[in-house]
Amino acid sequence: MSGPEKPPKAGPEETQGSEAPQGPKPPADGPAGADGNLPARLGEERLNAPVVRRGMFGVQGTPDTSGYGLLRVHKAPPLDSPRPYGSWFDEVADALGLADAIERVVVDRGEITFHVRRERLPEVAAKLRDDPALRFELCSGVSGVHYPEEVGRELHAVYHMLSITHNRRVRVEVGVPDADPHVPSLTGVYPTCNWHERETWDFFGIVFDGHPGLTRIEMPDDWKGHPQRKDYPLGGIPVEYRGAKIPAPDERRHYQ
Amino acid sequence: MSSMPHAAAGASDAEASEGRVYTVSGEDWDEIVAAANEAGDFESGERIVINMGPQHPSTHGVLRLVLTLEGETVVEVRPAIGYLHTGIEKNMEYRTWTQGVTFCTRADYLMPIFNETAYCLAVERLLGIEDRIPERAQIIRVLMMELNRISSHLGGIAPMGLELGATTIYTQGARLRERTLDVLELITGLRMNHAFIRPGGVAQDLPPGALEAIRVFDDTAVQLMRELHTLIDANPIFVGRNKGIAYLDLEGCMALGVTGPLLRGTGLPWDLRKSQPYCGYETYDFDVPVRDTCDAYGRYLIRMDEIEESLKIIRQCGDRLAARGSVDSDPVMVQDAKIGWPAQLSLGPDGLGPSPQHIAHIMGQSMEALIHHFKLITEGFRVPAGQAYAAIESPKGELGAHVVSDGGTRPYRVHLRDPSFTHLQSIAAMCEGGFVADLIPAIASIDPVMGGVDR
Repeated sequence: MSGPEKPPKAGPEETQGSEAPQGPKPPADGPAGADGNLPARLGEERLNAPVVRRGMFGVQGTPDTSGYGLLRVHKAPPLDSPRPYGSWFDEVADALGLADAIERVVVDRGEITFHVRRERLPEVAAKLRDDPALRFELCSGVSGVHYPEEVGRELHAVYHMLSITHNRRVRVEVGVPDADPHVPSLTGVYPTCNWHERETWDFFGIVFDGHPGLTRIEMPDDWKGHPQRKDYPLGGIPVEYRGAKIPAPDERRHYQ
Repeated sequence: MSSMPHAAAGASDAEASEGRVYTVSGEDWDEIVAAANEAGDFESGERIVINMGPQHPSTHGVLRLVLTLEGETVVEVRPAIGYLHTGIEKNMEYRTWTQGVTFCTRADYLMPIFNETAYCLAVERLLGIEDRIPERAQIIRVLMMELNRISSHLGGIAPMGLELGATTIYTQGARLRERTLDVLELITGLRMNHAFIRPGGVAQDLPPGALEAIRVFDDTAVQLMRELHTLIDANPIFVGRNKGIAYLDLEGCMALGVTGPLLRGTGLPWDLRKSQPYCGYETYDFDVPVRDTCDAYGRYLIRMDEIEESLKIIRQCGDRLAARGSVDSDPVMVQDAKIGWPAQLSLGPDGLGPSPQHIAHIMGQSMEALIHHFKLITEGFRVPAGQAYAAIESPKGELGAHVVSDGGTRPYRVHLRDPSFTHLQSIAAMCEGGFVADLIPAIASIDPVMGGVDR
């Protein structure tokens, strides 16, 4: 995966929904050529976003015969669903309130995600658990995701809550930077998160402040590094077969 | 406990900072006790830390338990896992969406169909084809899941007896489990890790003779279940070692995120097949067994009842499949040319390969079909960016797949929320304060599978 082509604007949140500050040239002059058919503002937003993929097959230069070598895929802006969200999502969002704790809400494919500020996370979780209109008693655990191109918010911790009373599910997501990967622990609110947070620390390096014993759980106790990050190699050796060497799975060319 | 290092493993009697370390290497327990009594160590209130190591016949796989014992009472139990970690989730990020099925199926290896289904449901939600999965594929999915539920439950009940020293319970449970695996082998070709449920539907239609084999299996199962009930239910030793053991009430389950038979053992009839149905479960007629004793014996009874309910559902699946028309008009893969796997395997004179009809179609009749075939097999389908969490009711509990896509041909991140992983946390709550001997039935009643725990 290639890095961004232009220096990225400060955080993806800024590119979304805002006027591009430097008023760039009309789209017809853009690198992709004949974009004059696009509405001006959409074209500017998209072309100013950093490039996340070049080409299609992971090969640069001459051996790329796919015909897609000049393809440039720009980063999509982060979603922020407008109200009304539909079905029971509005009810839950209204009951939760805490508008200053929630950065944005995404309603996508029948699921609602609350992106929460990390310092307010225990408060949001406690409210989700205790408020009678919400009553999300069960937390399915923490899942970590590493987005290396989202500078300033590389590590995400994703929590899934289930309400048995109301038969609903929500997702709560927290984004933290690589330089300061601290998230308050939810073991005080949902004790089940104990091992899940240990696993997320083990694999991604997200430090859960307030966890009673944040140690490695799957990897050996003295392991260095956080294996499920995108910059951590998969491992594996090249395999020789009929005279050709097939590289390890993370080094092969692949359709992107 | 302080963090001073213990003496090295080779030392047999060295003074460590927290007390004497005895390395036990096959002596009789009373020899050790006699030696310790001479040294005056085993007074009342003296604690020993014992390692019930990853290699143990009764820990349900490679599970390490560090026990602090006071006599025979467990004061502290700390499970250590990770001995079976093979990087399934990370590997899936380097394979296409369809190839990912072969990885996630190996997480909990006793219920592979459920791993696949959770992953495929999440991928289908991201693709937006949830309502376009053919009905025959849904029926086959339910059939496979319920067959796997029977084999998984027996894979938990049979060792329950084995770990208590009752080998006959194991062999009798294994008898029925083998019949179930025979049916799974007939349909998928494999006894485990089938990679049968694919995003978009199912890999293959049922082979000829499958419905008859299922009917024969049903009759056998009814009879073998009766024998198992007679053998285990009122067995005084089994009951004595399981009744009242490993108590975890509703509050404990909610706090620890425990679902499945353990949660239904507390009296709450929570089953995702009923409350958040998937794959057409709302159209089947079955009950949700519940007990309110919160103990290991109650969980055993729930599992036995769930096997009976699964047989009910399998009968209904068999009836529905028999009532449907010929195979030709009944696809088992979504009919979207850009997503559904193009070819059906068939056995020809030169071995297994795409069916001759399919080859004739792509080579002689349709250029588009050839292109789709080529692109799907080399590149795979692309899943629009986003994330989805699909949870299903697996035999162990709520099995969830959190799938993140960046719009490409490979998963960006797949996380399997495994019920065994979550339930192993509750061992301390269930067993601390009880006897060492009660650990074994407690773990057996959780029925953890270390493949799912460690992934």
